[in-house]
Amino acid sequence: MNNGTKTFLNGILKENPTFGLVLGMCPTLATTTSAINGMSMGLATLFVLVCSNVVISLLKNLIPDKVRIPSFIVVIATFVTMVQLLMQAYLPAIYETLGLFIPLIVVNCIVLGRAEAFAAKNPVGLSALDGLGMGLGFTLSLTVLGAIREFLGTGAVFGLTVFPENYGALVFVLAPGAFICLGYLIAVMNKVLKK
Amino acid sequence: MAKLASTFRNMALSLTVITLVAAAALAGIYMLTETRINQQKQEAELSAQKAVLNGDENGTAVKVAVDGFGGKMIVMVGFAQDGTILGYKILEHQETPGLGDKATWWFKKTDKPAQNIIGRQATGQFRVSKDGGEVDAITAATISSRAFLKAINDAYAEFKTQQGEEIEAWSGASVIMTDTVQVAEPDSTQTVEMEVQNE
Repeated sequence: MNNGTKTFLNGILKENPTFGLVLGMCPTLATTTSAINGMSMGLATLFVLVCSNVVISLLKNLIPDKVRIPSFIVVIATFVTMVQLLMQAYLPAIYETLGLFIPLIVVNCIVLGRAEAFAAKNPVGLSALDGLGMGLGFTLSLTVLGAIREFLGTGAVFGLTVFPENYGALVFVLAPGAFICLGYLIAVMNKVLKK
Repeated sequence: MAKLASTFRNMALSLTVITLVAAAALAGIYMLTETRINQQKQEAELSAQKAVLNGDENGTAVKVAVDGFGGKMIVMVGFAQDGTILGYKILEHQETPGLGDKATWWFKKTDKPAQNIIGRQATGQFRVSKDGGEVDAITAATISSRAFLKAINDAYAEFKTQQGEEIEAWSGASVIMTDTVQVAEPDSTQTVEMEVQNE
């Protein structure tokens, strides 16, 4: 496996943001009430992650070490606001469901985490791949978590009813259900990846 | 290229440049999207009006704001001339995702008569069944449901005072104040109600 593929796959499997690094828990727990919400949040984060990784990698030599964190945050916040404005203008339907959560991407430690741990030390191409892999890993785990919670809580997946809603366990749509599902998923992922 | 050293001059300079570029980029994107966003908002409101009226050309769309469980809830309700509810749309809300946010469709499920309000004659007295009313609340979101029914009741009250005319019952700038002045006629016990509009 070459370096690029390795970097890309790293974010999806070994260092999956949710199950491996356990970073960015706030949006993970808050937005995964349904599969579609989880996926949209993942995709918005993916976009910000790729853009911020690329820009920070380009700027890494121009930013003195002692002010790197505020600089990174400014870059990230700029992209998040851009996403918010562009979504509002061109994708109003998605903005309506996600609007509240978009500003949360700024405080998602995955974005700052990758800027600090990867983009600030690696060339542009690899940083872009790292952002892509991490973003996809994040999107996948949020979609799976959202699908499980939606299924157990309301009997539907992606809004398609599998069993009647009355038999759903409401707790899975609520915050405690998020923790329970996440715990089991991390356990399963650990078991699978240890092999 | 070597990394810039963390001297005061370098730090101040790089932070200033980064924030300036970021501000410029954001200003650019803002200007680029501003008209489009306003247009979308207007379109959303127009389409909401059309949707809540459900094709009734003589209907009235009323917009009201109430306090929900998580914050302000803005609801647009369509009434036919006789006060039948034609439709509703929640324009803005901050209800709990997965629970209270179901209000966006819960009360228009026409196949569930106990929770559906579309086609009902508005009375201004809608209450959730838990409070002895006639509308089934959203499962585990009674407070959101109460807020929603309050919005419908408020809207109906506004509709009654302004029948046959498009009104905005919400927000400072465009609000139409309605005062009811009673004029007693000297030689009869009858009172006449007169409506005074201050715009």
